Amino acid sequence: MSLGLEVRKGAYYDSVTLMRISKEVKKMDGIQEVLVGMGTELNKELADNLGLCHGGIKDVGPSDFFIAVLSDEDRMEAVVKKVDELLNKKQESDMGDYTPPTLESALRHEPSSNMVLISLPGRYAFYEAKKALEEGLHVMLFSDNVTLEEEKELKDLAKEKGLLMMGPDCGTAIINHVPLAFANVISKGPIGIVGASGTGTQEVSVLIDKLGSGISQVIGTGGRDLKKEIGGTMMIEGIRALAKDPETKVIVLISKPPDPEIAEVVLGEVQRSGKPAVINFIGSDGQLIHQYGLVPGWTLEDTASKAVALVKGFEIKDTLGISQPEKEIEDLVAQTAAGLRSNQKYLRGLYTGGTLCDEAIKLISSMTKDVYSNIPMSSEYLLENIHQSYKHTCIDLGDDDFTVGRAHPMIDPTYRLERLMREIEDDEVALILMDFVIGYGAHPDPVGEMLPGIEKAQDIKQKKGFGPCFIASVCGTDKDPQSLEDQEEKLRKAGVAVMPSNAQAVRLAMKILEAIS
Amino acid sequence: MEGSGSMGKINELFASEIKVINMGLVSFAKDLKEQKINVIHVDWKPPAGGNQKMASLLAKLKGK
Repeated sequence: MSLGLEVRKGAYYDSVTLMRISKEVKKMDGIQEVLVGMGTELNKELADNLGLCHGGIKDVGPSDFFIAVLSDEDRMEAVVKKVDELLNKKQESDMGDYTPPTLESALRHEPSSNMVLISLPGRYAFYEAKKALEEGLHVMLFSDNVTLEEEKELKDLAKEKGLLMMGPDCGTAIINHVPLAFANVISKGPIGIVGASGTGTQEVSVLIDKLGSGISQVIGTGGRDLKKEIGGTMMIEGIRALAKDPETKVIVLISKPPDPEIAEVVLGEVQRSGKPAVINFIGSDGQLIHQYGLVPGWTLEDTASKAVALVKGFEIKDTLGISQPEKEIEDLVAQTAAGLRSNQKYLRGLYTGGTLCDEAIKLISSMTKDVYSNIPMSSEYLLENIHQSYKHTCIDLGDDDFTVGRAHPMIDPTYRLERLMREIEDDEVALILMDFVIGYGAHPDPVGEMLPGIEKAQDIKQKKGFGPCFIASVCGTDKDPQSLEDQEEKLRKAGVAVMPSNAQAVRLAMKILEAIS
Repeated sequence: MEGSGSMGKINELFASEIKVINMGLVSFAKDLKEQKINVIHVDWKPPAGGNQKMASLLAKLKGK
């Protein structure tokens, strides 16, 4: 075995570019393990864990770029050549234009810029976001690891200047029909969304599109906006802007349940807007929302459907079923249940979207409280080891616990595939439930990346005579670069039951669990 | 301090063409460029060579 290290002082590349290069290099002949990254403490620890503990690595600094390789014989020269090729290729194909070194120089080059999208490492993000606001620019801050105090300072400054401060940890926004970071291509329409939850907001916007309506603006706030410490500043500013926006006829709010006093302030603001509104405070009982004369959305799908009903002047009713004909579903449930053995009892939800996972846990808990997770409803259902499922398990693979040293699973599906490979070997697993989030920012073919796991499960089924069944939903539209239709078709061909929303996928899973219990 | 007139800067933005400065993941800039959105990517480097103590001193000197 040969261990190689190449260090380049003061060369910076972003983590997604480097993750993709690492994956490419790993495919080369004779390569056991490789890490191409910046010399952060985290990456150095990761290199150590991967068995790349080269003596020189301790001297690498956070602004240095390094390539560490474990191979059957010395292949360093070939690896470095490949990395350079990929870095050069990426830069050429990505951005052929002038790339200024600072925000100030970018602004001098393009003085009419009005939005800054920041996805720098968290420790640098605050400074750059503050600078942008001071320059009078709206900010979308994708980065996490920004403190609550910093968030408050940024949002207070933005409010004073009348600017948007979306984030930190804001994964999605669509401003003037421009998808920013993770976002789908949605038709233009009269529904304006302010969302504190990334994939929840994506799912609602996608379902609005599927129901034949569209969106005016999608404003992201970041997940902590409705905490007492922040006071809902950006959600309130977002509501005020949508209230004044002539294109917005219906307002939708999506958030985890806010602190109660903040909920009152936010709902009061919506009421004052005079526009009809659907509020999804995920898992809340809706009582307070009713008190303000507003419509509660029970699931992300129900939220989308009520918003569209408000637009079209239809009766407002709950959408809490499965849209396929009852008989079809009954047959599918009976057929699936009949193919399962008596020891196959459990559901395993492998989620890339945090809100989608949360929604699944909340829906299933109406049937059984025993749903274990890394984001459980109560601490007694917290998984002892997040890498090991137990009984019914739904995991949020995008949670910080899983993204240390690697990109979000919506960009890098490697860990989910590894996890799937383990779940399919578990004889007690009856169902595997998965979300696939497409759109800009996401992986170019998330379904394709998981197919080896699904196909392996079918092989095991052939050999053993039994195996788990798959249920999935794809969060996306046909206008997305990956195409909803293509992704769904691939799943169907692989024998996966594809449902039109996460809520419906969960409901189908619940029906099957009921049938086998 | 609010934007000009009664409209507010956020509503002014809703009525303007979005012009983005991207700092961080180059893939976000690439996605925007693909859609013919006006975007300029900053070739960002950690300040003070990644030395946080030095970076914070520099920031203080700049009065930020």
